[in-house]
Amino acid sequence: MSDDPLDASSADGVFGRSATEFGVTALTTTASPQVPDDLDLGGDSRARGTDRGFRGLVTFAGLTVLIVLALILVTTTARAMPAIGHEGLWGFITGTRWAPNDDIFGTFPMLYGTLVTSLIGMIVAVPVSIGIALFITEVAHLRLRKYIVTVIDLLATVPSVVFGLVGVLVVVPFIVEWYQAFSDLVSPIPVLSSLFGPANTGQNYFTAGMILAIMAIPIITSIAREVFDTVPEADKQAAYALGATRWEMIKGAMLPHSFGGLVGASMLGLGRAMGETIAVALVIGGAFHISANMFDTGNTMAAVIAQQWGESTALHTDALVGIGVVLFAITVIINFAARGIVRRAEIQMRGSNA
Amino acid sequence: MTTLTNGTPPDLTGKNLSFKRAAANRAATLGIALCVLIAAFPLGLVAYQVISRGGSAMSLGFFTEEIARNYRTEGGGMGPAIVGTLLITGMAALISIPIGVFGAIYLNEYGKTSPLAKFIRTMSDVMTGVPSIVMGLFIYVAYVVVIGERNGLAGALALACLMLPIVIRSTEEMLRLVPDELRQASAAMGARKWRTTLGVVLPAASSGITSGSLLAVARAAGETAPIIVTVGLTYIYKPDLFDGANTTLAAQIYRNATQPFDASQERAWGAAMALIMIVFVFTIVSRIIASRFAIDKR
Repeated sequence: MSDDPLDASSADGVFGRSATEFGVTALTTTASPQVPDDLDLGGDSRARGTDRGFRGLVTFAGLTVLIVLALILVTTTARAMPAIGHEGLWGFITGTRWAPNDDIFGTFPMLYGTLVTSLIGMIVAVPVSIGIALFITEVAHLRLRKYIVTVIDLLATVPSVVFGLVGVLVVVPFIVEWYQAFSDLVSPIPVLSSLFGPANTGQNYFTAGMILAIMAIPIITSIAREVFDTVPEADKQAAYALGATRWEMIKGAMLPHSFGGLVGASMLGLGRAMGETIAVALVIGGAFHISANMFDTGNTMAAVIAQQWGESTALHTDALVGIGVVLFAITVIINFAARGIVRRAEIQMRGSNA
Repeated sequence: MTTLTNGTPPDLTGKNLSFKRAAANRAATLGIALCVLIAAFPLGLVAYQVISRGGSAMSLGFFTEEIARNYRTEGGGMGPAIVGTLLITGMAALISIPIGVFGAIYLNEYGKTSPLAKFIRTMSDVMTGVPSIVMGLFIYVAYVVVIGERNGLAGALALACLMLPIVIRSTEEMLRLVPDELRQASAAMGARKWRTTLGVVLPAASSGITSGSLLAVARAAGETAPIIVTVGLTYIYKPDLFDGANTTLAAQIYRNATQPFDASQERAWGAAMALIMIVFVFTIVSRIIASRFAIDKR
């Protein structure tokens, strides 16, 4: 508020001061019914046009999501057509030989690697994430809860390439002996011995799976927490009132109630794991074969793009883009289904709540 | 009533639980707590390794000097990569945040529960899950091939595609928290809808929008895959994003980590430390804004 009486905005100032001088009754006069001249509420017809224009602008901004997704699908598919056409779509996906120099592009070894590493990641990440979510919602005190949420948030903000760096330079040289020891340990057992065969290097499916687990934990945990939060307090208290211990309450009241949501959360984590590129590219080893041995080198769809992008030309580049298209299709389908499952589970929970 | 009259109150201590039930409860609690440790362990490992190994690479020269051209050469810095990271991420934010905020305004203020808005909402959730490398390939095909060279703007466009759905969804959450009374009060003053939205709703949600957007920026700053596909590589300062190949910290980490030489690995650790510092600064600022100016605390 200006003290200069000549200032255009001083009308309020004069009233304000007079109000304090003349006491309470004068306070009512400070609320001037007059609207300042410079306040434009947009009442004229020009403003009606602005309203329509603004609506168009924000609608277009909303549509960009659809436009970008459509463009991704169209442009990458068009670019990948030569390579996919070269092999045929079926041959491109199921072919087991990847030899860019001979123009042979079978991507099944990478698809297999993606599935195996994501599966290992999920086997570790899903129980751990559910455990963390349970700890946060049911076990931890308020203050401890804050710290744990911070730890999980920090885990989500660490760039994937840093996980890859620590993986390839610290974990890989160190862990190979442990792998070998475990492999020797299970060698007399029929199925396990083929799953965990000899480990020649720390760069293998299993290490990649571990890194994927770390990257999937934050996303699964956060959605699992949301799901657990929707469990009605009445159900929990009812379980306790029947004499259940905390574990029996979790088993009997929380888990059945939130099963659908947890499935959706796991699928979202799976989508994230399948698309992870750089961390996996650093620790997977880069071999193009299909091996049941989890301690063997391999490759994944996303990782091979990053590894071979720099040295690729012509049809090879098209084939790498083609891998991207397949990856795009898989992750979109998984995400679409997962969101659907989560939403349906939430609606069901609300229904039982009401 | 009847239970209390006969003198013995019900046993609520849990001391008389059967051994099996008590043990199961203990074991479950322990297992749940163990899960937290399992998640905290990699974070601790990463923090320790990056700080101990990256810290030794830190010096003033590291932040300012140009990148060594040979993997084996000692010395050199990460100056161009730091500048590249900040510029490319900043450009991505400039592209994606306005579009994202306007998109969220459409979803929350105009579209609401219309079929189109619902569809956009679902698709932006789906877009959040699209792998970053696919965004890189998309920009390569749709932009780099078209203009014929890799440059910083291509990286910014790829990162913007990654950030867009995150910004849209977090902004929409924040707009939903703005009380309807504010909109009605503004409308009662005679303000048109665009005025209400830009003058009342957006400022009320601004802290939440800022913090959500900063979080998206922090995520994008650490992205590697789209950068190596679209941006290329350089060793010198490239402040102009339209001027040919550029580089970022994340791309430098990837490039140097794959080499067996001590000098390049040390550079990778130093770059990792610098990148984590940048990402954490964004994250911490975002959290401070979120907690200081939270909408429900007014």
